[in-house]
Amino acid sequence: MNIVSGTATGSVLALDEPLSLWGGVSLNTGEIIEPGHPQFGEHIGGVILGLPHGRGSSSASSVLAELLRNGSGPLGIILEEPDSILMVGALVAQLLYGVECPIVLGKIPPTGTRVTLIDGNIIVLESSF
Amino acid sequence: MAMELVVTVGESLGANRLVDISSAHIDGCLYHGVAGMDFAESLVAGGGKVVVPTTLNVTSFDLLHPELYEGTEDDQVFPRRLMDAYVALGCEPTWTCAPYQLAQRPQMGEQIAWGESNAIVFANSVLGARTGRYGDFMDICCALTGRAPYTGLHTDEGRLATLVVELGLTDKILASDVSYPLIGHSIGKMAGNEVVAIVGLPAGTSEDRLKALGAAAASSGSVAMFHAVGVTPEAPSLGAATGGRPPRQVVQLGKDELRLAFDELDSRTTGILGAVSVGTPHMSATEMRELLDLLAGRRSAVPFYVNTSRGVLEAISDVDWPGALQSFGATLVTDTCTYISPVMDRVVGDVMTNSGKWAFYAPANLGVGVLFGSLADCVDSAVAGSALPAEVLRW
Repeated sequence: MNIVSGTATGSVLALDEPLSLWGGVSLNTGEIIEPGHPQFGEHIGGVILGLPHGRGSSSASSVLAELLRNGSGPLGIILEEPDSILMVGALVAQLLYGVECPIVLGKIPPTGTRVTLIDGNIIVLESSF
Repeated sequence: MAMELVVTVGESLGANRLVDISSAHIDGCLYHGVAGMDFAESLVAGGGKVVVPTTLNVTSFDLLHPELYEGTEDDQVFPRRLMDAYVALGCEPTWTCAPYQLAQRPQMGEQIAWGESNAIVFANSVLGARTGRYGDFMDICCALTGRAPYTGLHTDEGRLATLVVELGLTDKILASDVSYPLIGHSIGKMAGNEVVAIVGLPAGTSEDRLKALGAAAASSGSVAMFHAVGVTPEAPSLGAATGGRPPRQVVQLGKDELRLAFDELDSRTTGILGAVSVGTPHMSATEMRELLDLLAGRRSAVPFYVNTSRGVLEAISDVDWPGALQSFGATLVTDTCTYISPVMDRVVGDVMTNSGKWAFYAPANLGVGVLFGSLADCVDSAVAGSALPAEVLRW
């Protein structure tokens, strides 16, 4: 299911635990800085981010829009449950800056899988396994 | 643009209509980079004005005490432009994360559109008002249009609990303030974004305790509503909270889970007490009075920060809080909060707090270790100049 339109191709980073973008990710670099997060130290920039669901602060919309504006945001996002907060961040980045970050609902492929998000579908290009 | 965003988000959430709202609370006034400012200024340029009473969340500075700010002048320019834009859109400069502590607050059943996770969970759970989990941008779009998507927590159906948490805690543990953020932290981890029914909170549990519980649950999880059976307005019984349906899951929460929550929130590094911060979310008038009683005749050996709002200070204007805070050596922070603003940059050592939310976010935001304790633990430790063993460890 399509929740933010657009097309993106990249490698999946599947998070093992939910992540609050606000406070959990560096606003300037996209690095995961939440202490104790299984993907601590990884970057959410330039990947297809797989999120089990959003968590915590309602500031995540601004954070996602800012990451997309400054070029350290994800290429696209796969969610297992709809998250209006992330969706709004992606929509605003599209409205203000023309940056596309499609958000698709579906099963998250394992980290390293190359996928294309298109028209709400997740097309697996090559699996890491 | 505002209506387009409300409708697009509504459709994606499966709403087939919008609902009129009676108030909004804006989280987007806290600066998180240029994108937020560009968005607000584009709304101002388009002649936008809010059509319902709209309050503003905390911001990056303490406008009443600008001397506390440790960042550079340049760091202030964009955040101030952002704040000015929201005021220009007609929002009230309340600058608080706890709008439910203002004199005017929503009533049971009112449809509203609030941002700020702790305010959302309080409005839904404790006030019985109805808001979705709105974030930056969406909050102001609802305020400008006076509408929100009629789905989720706005509907009767969406407010029914699907997770039941049965507390197995002694009266002694439930009598202590420190238990409530720990219960909240634990529930947030289990619940994700589900509506939760909590069984076993004492009748008459105070708003301040429910506030601490909700704020912690909305930090460790995405909890936007809980029912406390026999306490909160939509849960006179467990059946009312669940709509009489079998819950997805029933879980037990006892002393061991609270101890685990404590261990997760207490991220002490050196164990050396560097400072104390209380009042996240902003202290209520009742909490301020409790604090002033605890401080009386004593003196803090470390920097001690108290976060609250202008509105709360007005509400306690009958007491000499400036004198009491000064003689204790406490620093008052309004309009912002110590975990989002560089007001305590020079702290060396760990910081003690009574807030689950502060304990959750401060290690990443400020790079400090956190000592977790009750309000009394915080004050006693500040006076001693070292972290006293937390009450939790004596259970």
